[in-house]
Amino acid sequence: MTDKTTLSPVLVLGATSDIGMAVAHRCAESGADLILAARASERLEGDAQDLRLRHRIAVDVVEFDILADVPGAWIDRLPRLPEAVVCVVGLLGDQAASTRDGAAAERVMTTNYVAPALLLGEFANRMEARGSGVIVGVSSVAGDRGRASNYVYGGAKAGFTAFLSGLRARLSRTPVRVVTLKPGFVATKMTAGMTLPPLLTAQPREVAEATWKALQGGRDVIYVRPVWRLIMSIIAMVPEPIFKKMRF
Amino acid sequence: MILSGWGRFPRVECPLLEVRHEAEIAAAIAGSRSIIARGNGRAYGDAAMNPAATLSMRRLSRLIAFDEATGLLACEAGTLLVDLVRLFVPRGWFVPVTPGTKFVTVGGMIAADVHGKNHHVAGAFGDHVLWLDLMGADGAVRRCSREVEPDLFWATCGGMGLTGVVLRAAFHLVRIETDLIRQVTHKAANLDEAMTVFESNGDIPYSVAWIDCLSQGERLGRSLITLGAHATANAVREAGRRPFDGAAPKRALRVPFDAPGFALNRWSVKAFNALYYRRGTPGTALVPIESYFYPLDGLLDWNRIYGANGFVQYQFALPKAAGREGLRNILTRIAKHGSGSFLAVLKLFGAGRGFLSFPVEGYTLALDFPATVANFNLLTTLDAMVAEAGGRIYLAKDARSASATVLGGYPERARFSALRDRVDPGRRFASLQSQRLGL
Repeated sequence: MTDKTTLSPVLVLGATSDIGMAVAHRCAESGADLILAARASERLEGDAQDLRLRHRIAVDVVEFDILADVPGAWIDRLPRLPEAVVCVVGLLGDQAASTRDGAAAERVMTTNYVAPALLLGEFANRMEARGSGVIVGVSSVAGDRGRASNYVYGGAKAGFTAFLSGLRARLSRTPVRVVTLKPGFVATKMTAGMTLPPLLTAQPREVAEATWKALQGGRDVIYVRPVWRLIMSIIAMVPEPIFKKMRF
Repeated sequence: MILSGWGRFPRVECPLLEVRHEAEIAAAIAGSRSIIARGNGRAYGDAAMNPAATLSMRRLSRLIAFDEATGLLACEAGTLLVDLVRLFVPRGWFVPVTPGTKFVTVGGMIAADVHGKNHHVAGAFGDHVLWLDLMGADGAVRRCSREVEPDLFWATCGGMGLTGVVLRAAFHLVRIETDLIRQVTHKAANLDEAMTVFESNGDIPYSVAWIDCLSQGERLGRSLITLGAHATANAVREAGRRPFDGAAPKRALRVPFDAPGFALNRWSVKAFNALYYRRGTPGTALVPIESYFYPLDGLLDWNRIYGANGFVQYQFALPKAAGREGLRNILTRIAKHGSGSFLAVLKLFGAGRGFLSFPVEGYTLALDFPATVANFNLLTTLDAMVAEAGGRIYLAKDARSASATVLGGYPERARFSALRDRVDPGRRFASLQSQRLGL
């Protein structure tokens, strides 16, 4: 084990997800205390106990519904303002449903963009006031360009990416850091059953490692597998008249 | 998905169900006419494979409770031994019994009732389990122990997953003063000398002999015997070292490709064995706990050394009554065949407890063979010799034995069957191995 980190506690938003739990384990390995937040948070009690026993850290579990909780009031209820916030909240949704049904599309947009942006914005203000903190927002390569097959999700992630970028610029002269993490494909519950190319698909553990590195400093925008940066730059350069006819 | 055991033989298409919660396990059991739980896939043969449904327990790997005063640990069945070693050794605790690899799950250690180098003094893993929670064919969870449902408990320890799915278990870790083992190495010129070393050091907790299986005649059973005990804090300080220096184990190497079939032959193995024996230096040394117990874990994917066709590990136990004579006969037969292995490991066993537990008071020998027709023929011959000597074959390593030879070695299988008639009359829990053996 490395020396106990000063970046503690770390708040994980969406801790029941595979990536969220992997991030929690990685931070705990370095001695960070944790606040785990998710819907139906009683599901997290077993994991919280496991983390305490494995790493001898303090773990708080808090109920959190990104679609229902009011950011300011929710943060007020936390045991304390965390040193780091990692937001892995996301909803892939079903593109066909999102196309037909406005309510379904709105749920995807709110979960991936509106609600996390409002919440992280509130955290940013409080961290700025305190004079320390790191925010990691897990966005997606899907937000780099809208594709026919998932533009509702991609559009929301694009908004989230732009929001994080602006927030980072605003706070660039303060001690508060904002990092955008784009995992690419990850083998998780969310993607279970999809056929994913192995070379482009990260394990949750890799995303967690990248997150931990991001928390320590360095890059502003991180592609978990670097090949994605190349792929997305190429995709960004395809002229729209051609891009719109591509089916992927 | 194509599954195999650690020996990479056989390989069979088996749907692998990756469950995360108890409710998903119950649903998987209810939804399959035939199913078996699988841990980390370290059983060598076909024990944790079922072409109808194989249940991966790897994601259920949480620690539940640990009592710093008594060392009592409760955890989920998919917890890896490597995690326990890495977490608890620096805190002064070790597992009471460990197999020769740390890449196994707690559930797997219970299902195979694994033994370690200390079996003659500590018994098998099951002997240290305080309780276990078992999900049966009906989806109900039963906590069993020596006092509650003792038959189900002793059928499950060593029961190869055929009594249900182990969900979680509790067992005591043991106190250690240092993370080092005091190891004493003896050279034995033949089997008799080796046996004498074993028998005159019966109180030393860890003992094992590596036998050069290609030596014949006078030198039959030529071996290196390593005896070990957890080093005391004083002994370590006297040697100028710290009790827990937490020397990180060397970065593990990986075997990157399958070795061609001709790489291992009579001559290369013979040369290796001769070298190994000559290099073995008698004397005392302080050895890090991980390199002492898990020498092969330093070489990830070492099973690829045996080539793409895979290999089988053959491990049998002979009761004391069969005596050295029984062992000598079998060793002679192996030496004559000439297809030796990197690993031929001999150790003394105390008595076993579980209905299908492998250990029986006497001797056990383990060998690797590449999966070839000639080797399979030899093993069939050995099966008969083992059976005749009243011995038995280790189910966790078996991939090929005929039903009669295996079942004949386990006299308590009738009790095991009777218990399954009660808890799983439809035989929902089954594996390729249980189907092959008619178990």
